[in-house]
Amino acid sequence: MFARGLKPLSIASVALIIGAFTLVFFYAPNDADQGFVQKIFYLHVPVAIVALCGFVAGGVFGIRYLRTGDRAHDLRSYVAIHLSLILAVAALVTGSIWARAAWGQWWVWDEPTLVSFLIVFLLYACYQPLRFSIDDPERQARTAAVFAIVAGAFVPLNFMAVRLAESLVHPRVLSATGGSMPGAMRLTFLVSLAGMALLFVTLWKYELTSKQASMQLRALKRRLADDDDPWVPTRRSAAPQQL
Amino acid sequence: MPALPLDDAGPYVAAAYLVFLALILVYVAIMAAKLSRIARELGELTEIVDRRDAARRERADEEEAVPR
Repeated sequence: MFARGLKPLSIASVALIIGAFTLVFFYAPNDADQGFVQKIFYLHVPVAIVALCGFVAGGVFGIRYLRTGDRAHDLRSYVAIHLSLILAVAALVTGSIWARAAWGQWWVWDEPTLVSFLIVFLLYACYQPLRFSIDDPERQARTAAVFAIVAGAFVPLNFMAVRLAESLVHPRVLSATGGSMPGAMRLTFLVSLAGMALLFVTLWKYELTSKQASMQLRALKRRLADDDDPWVPTRRSAAPQQL
Repeated sequence: MPALPLDDAGPYVAAAYLVFLALILVYVAIMAAKLSRIARELGELTEIVDRRDAARRERADEEEAVPR
């Protein structure tokens, strides 16, 4: 169900990521203000954007689960949020490295962009423990969907609030007027963003396929062992146990 | 914001890209470990099915051998 198109998608995402990194180091000019350290921007910003979009996608799949009751949507939501959390860690770490190089500090607490991203990250860090705390699979999926929807709605609201706030030091990359990037930088940034988005979709499908195979295998094992109900989960888990 | 010279900025840029690469590699390694567990369990299931088939064949042969 989830494995369709995985091979071309993997090839395309690897090609695009390699292409993006080539553009970053061999095509995009050094920033006049920040110099070479600005190259981190081509990694940090796409990772942060894709992570936030992944959180929103988790909420969208949560809505679809509540509307249809299809367990596949719960699995999609879970994997999207799980992957977005990993990308959020990457965004926080790469951002901190950039801040150290550009500002001389690893973290600035009075900067709305940084603190709001950290709040979103910490909010989603509660998602897995929340799922794990609920034993009944039906209730677990329903509660997780509600959490994903509420937290997913918080992400764009938070983003808008940060844009409205007076930023002191964090640069604004994308703006209504098109930002201040010259053509070569803009192209490199867009290729990086597309590569990161494609990588996210590839890893998302990869994990979905693995989880589905695992579930089918478990069900088959219990059927062979003449278990009455092959879908009863064997152990408590934060991840969905059935489709 | 004064630009860092290339010698000073290089390690920061390298660190940022390496962190990202390391995270992706760790993720892929965990996925690979899960995949190998699935492959191992699939092997166990194949063995169970083979044993069950062999037992069924044996039983059928015994039934055929018994004179009516």
